[in-house]
Amino acid sequence: MSETPLLEVENLRISFPTRTGVTQAVRGVSFTVGREKLGIVGESGSGKSMTGRAILRLVPPPGIVTADRLSFQGEDLLTLPEKRLRGIRGRRISMVMQDPKFSLNPVMTIGAQIAEAYRVHSSAGTAEAKRRALEMLEAVRIRNPERVYGLYPHEVSGGMGQRIMIAMMLIPNPDLLIADEPTSALDVTVQMQVLAIMDELCSRRGMGMIFVSHDLNLVASFCDRILIMYAGRVVETCRASELHAAKHPYTRGLLDSLPRLDDTRPELPVLARDPSWLEG
Amino acid sequence: MTAQTHTTENGLRAWLTAETPQSRGQARLGRVYLGWLAFSRNRLAMIGLGIVLLLVLMAALAPLLAPYDPYTQDLSQRLLPPSAAHWLGTDAFGRDILSRILYGSRLTLMIVALVAVTAPVAGLLIGTVAGYLGGWVDAVLMRVTDIFLAFPKLILALAFVSALGPGIENAIIAIAITSWPPYARIARAETITIRKSDFISAVRLQGASTPRIILGHVVPLCSSSLIVRVTLDMAGIILTAAGLGFLGLGAQPPAPEWGAMIATGRQYVLEQWWVATMPGIAIFVVSLGFNLLGDGLRDVLDPKGQ
Amino acid sequence: MIDVKDLRVTFGHGADAVAAVQGVSFAVREGESFGLVGESGSGKSTVLRAVVGLNHDWTGSIAVAGAAQSRRREKGFFKSCQMVFQDPYGSLHPRHTIDRILAEPIAIHGLRDADARIDRVLRDVGLGPQFRFRYPHQLSGGQRQRVAIARALVLEPRVLLLDEPTSALDVSVQAEILNLLKRLRAEHALTYVLVSHNLAVVATMCDRLAVMNRGRIVEEMDVDSLRRGEAREDYTRQLLRASQGYDRAAADSFKDFA
Repeated sequence: MSETPLLEVENLRISFPTRTGVTQAVRGVSFTVGREKLGIVGESGSGKSMTGRAILRLVPPPGIVTADRLSFQGEDLLTLPEKRLRGIRGRRISMVMQDPKFSLNPVMTIGAQIAEAYRVHSSAGTAEAKRRALEMLEAVRIRNPERVYGLYPHEVSGGMGQRIMIAMMLIPNPDLLIADEPTSALDVTVQMQVLAIMDELCSRRGMGMIFVSHDLNLVASFCDRILIMYAGRVVETCRASELHAAKHPYTRGLLDSLPRLDDTRPELPVLARDPSWLEG
Repeated sequence: MTAQTHTTENGLRAWLTAETPQSRGQARLGRVYLGWLAFSRNRLAMIGLGIVLLLVLMAALAPLLAPYDPYTQDLSQRLLPPSAAHWLGTDAFGRDILSRILYGSRLTLMIVALVAVTAPVAGLLIGTVAGYLGGWVDAVLMRVTDIFLAFPKLILALAFVSALGPGIENAIIAIAITSWPPYARIARAETITIRKSDFISAVRLQGASTPRIILGHVVPLCSSSLIVRVTLDMAGIILTAAGLGFLGLGAQPPAPEWGAMIATGRQYVLEQWWVATMPGIAIFVVSLGFNLLGDGLRDVLDPKGQ
Repeated sequence: MIDVKDLRVTFGHGADAVAAVQGVSFAVREGESFGLVGESGSGKSTVLRAVVGLNHDWTGSIAVAGAAQSRRREKGFFKSCQMVFQDPYGSLHPRHTIDRILAEPIAIHGLRDADARIDRVLRDVGLGPQFRFRYPHQLSGGQRQRVAIARALVLEPRVLLLDEPTSALDVSVQAEILNLLKRLRAEHALTYVLVSHNLAVVATMCDRLAVMNRGRIVEEMDVDSLRRGEAREDYTRQLLRASQGYDRAAADSFKDFA
């Protein structure tokens, strides 16, 4: 963290014009990401996914994104021409979405897609791309990469699909990975395995990661640092290991309302939302 | 006074857009109002609606609007070009073309209305039953549908009309018989996606009978895409009716059916172009109107397009 | 209250046949809350759907409220046994108002005083009368799930089957729904069967649970043993470990249980 951060975001705002007026999805979010695992936690509608998307200018229209600063390794992502941005998107910043079924091309084999992801961003030949793709499948611990290489997306399970997505996103060797609920659709044990793969690749390559999730326990145990978002704002930032000592009443409320394995509480405390949090 | 009207207007809008309707009726009207708001923002759709409303008005007020009797022949006035006395000219029997087009709108509207209340309803029922029950019921109903789909529509309609005998009623029956299969197809496809959904499972778990599920829960969800399709098909139906009329198998003379009018006008098309052109323009405008309306309705009713 | 013996469910025919449930037996006492835990593909939801009568292709025996059930259910069965689905966005008819959704079961069973019943269940699930004439799309996920619970309660059943009732909801809303379900069980003396992949939810909601894997029950335990982490089977232990947050060492030790 002594070096300059990979990504700097200052006063990010995302708004959507609607029939009844303008809806502010994100209202002045600032953070930096270094070569670390940053978790963004929040409930639905907190703006956590939009924040992740805004970095790659993937906010769907008619959304309007503004920021005082949105720079990646010194390059201003907001004003960069679309053509230059394409060089960053996928090549230096990758994104993994929640459901691999919608992100993989159903009529192309898995291997061809990974190899293509590699070739788009490098000038490698077909044989080289295939070799790298097989290596990558092995890196995400797919047991029989040769066989999986020739399969179509519908022929693999959800967990394997997500591993394949990760392989595809990591093959260009990006500096930053944005993972939007990458494991929410998976079973807990598979989830752990996929996270372990991401963790290992992250530390081995010195990659930065933004991990967007609704799961407090998961983020606390997986990430280095956490932003807690509520209604388009960051209400609290803390080290992941210190989440249990969080101070903001919203964070506290969320933590308390989680059922626990050793729960004997007759009733779960319900989060009472305080209007002042909107401005906090 | 003005202030008061203003508040009632606001009051009505507030009542329609209320977040918490107080009755079933209010909830339903509110929904219709929101649909109308979305629809009325689409300028082309509003033009289409205007044309269709104009057609209805023309049909309703034909006796008041028409300057002449559409059937009275006056051979001294035959094939006159458009003028102040005959705005759209006269035909080979000296009948005023404007009056005939006005009266002809009644025939057009009747065809459209009768086909619209028969073919889609039949298609909807067949399609939802086939899609919901599946198995051999689906197989039988869909093969029948396929047989109808295998023939070109106009050829099949021609065959029916020649079997039933020419005439506007038979033309309508023939068109209705030939146009339900696509609706059955659409309804079946939609039903299959709906059938497995949790809200259908939920109503099954309440002990609902199959007819109740199909009519109360499946049909309402299929009908909006069907309404769109029917509106878009209206142009085709008008053209088929006109085509049958043109071939002498639809409305019989002296009925002022637009297709038949073109047919009789075609022998004069080079010298007296207006005889065939005027009803042609009428068909064109009305078809366009229905298409624009259908496009607008699709934007409002079909959530998939958004 | 519920007695399932040697339940087997197979999807497909011939070579494509998949044995989703392979000989599952369990019994739930009246007033008890029983959890069925497992990962996707374990067959837990399939068991539930067979018990409630949504799935007809099963063998074995199912008895609910003392009556043995055949594959097709009588209308009266649904007055004693209802189900709440996982996805509150998919389980409510998008074109029906809340009023219509709640009135439907009353009409099907020809019950009287529909208005009073609808008002009562809406109050029961913590929704005011102002929600009655709204459409599902005007409600939040939590409110929709409350409507789904209200619909299940309209017929005053004795058994409620819950299929992942909170997994599509935010954590703060999950707490509200879980509290609501607990309160309803106490007030109406209901018997619950709760299917979930979330051990913590089962720990707060249930008295007893069965862990399923690949169509079989691996282990049955009471919730106190679960809280103390006393699992007999390796599979259950692995599931417990995975539920306690990310742990790289643990993740590396995970294996597949056939």
